[in-house]
Amino acid sequence: MAGHIASTRSYYAIFATLLVLTALTVTVATFDLGRFNAVIALSIAMCKATLVALFFMHLRYSVRLTWLVVVAALLWLFLLIGLTMSDQLTRGWLSR
Amino acid sequence: MSDTAATLAHQHQFDDAAQQYSASTLGMWIFLVTEVMFFGGLFTAYVAYRTLYPDTFGHASNYLDLRLGTINTAVLIASSLTMALAIHAAQVGKRTAMITLLLATILLGTTFLGIKAVEYAHKFEAGLVPGAGFTYAGPDAPQAQLFFSLYFGMTGLHAAHMIIGIGILAVLVAQGRRGRFGPEYYTPVELSGLYWHFVDIIWIFLFPLLYLIDRH
Repeated sequence: MAGHIASTRSYYAIFATLLVLTALTVTVATFDLGRFNAVIALSIAMCKATLVALFFMHLRYSVRLTWLVVVAALLWLFLLIGLTMSDQLTRGWLSR
Repeated sequence: MSDTAATLAHQHQFDDAAQQYSASTLGMWIFLVTEVMFFGGLFTAYVAYRTLYPDTFGHASNYLDLRLGTINTAVLIASSLTMALAIHAAQVGKRTAMITLLLATILLGTTFLGIKAVEYAHKFEAGLVPGAGFTYAGPDAPQAQLFFSLYFGMTGLHAAHMIIGIGILAVLVAQGRRGRFGPEYYTPVELSGLYWHFVDIIWIFLFPLLYLIDRH
């Protein structure tokens, strides 16, 4: 079969890393860092999501076409959130 | 065993089993992209309203149970591990291990839903469910109601995906017991794994957005 067989040890390592990152993000959330609370929490979430996609979902060993699908999804999600926020965040500019 | 023999042979439109496997995987990823857009709409709504009412959303998020949320995050990550190990077991032909690991994944998924149900019950008791019975003590109750609407909408949709996922895994267990999967053919296990991990990734973003930001 075409699927790549990763070692079980790598799965345990990813699992441990994900748990450490969860503990880290919960700990950081208890400190008041202003707007950096959101930045740090979402950065850690992106790291965790990347680890799950690359190793648990075998994206690391997938063909380029799969990568293209993933990049397209992220691009469209970025457009959805980015364009909405470009409206939301600039509405106050007119009344100034 | 005729079941196994039938699945080993690739369908006539494919050159070989490897091509059939890549096509199946690609199809699953494309489905997951539609799921990204499905949840993406809710995430966009959350980010937009959170920007409009940052203080109220921050205050309202402190009503969520951080302890249970953290435990559930760990439970879901553990279920992703057992899912990944189940696929590995299928790849190397350990049928009993695969079934045990799939059952462990189902158990962890059910645990997640059980903890979620406890959280929901607390919200009902505290009158934090949007609707006629919404009794929010803090300021700006209408905006807080918006937060809890998004909380129930997003976690509810996520929970619905978990329930579907558990159903799919139960089918895999039944098929696995009949010897349907092995090193030569485990595509359904792999694709169900992709779905399960995707649902995990959704929670990885829901947890900080709903529970963590403004916790201090």
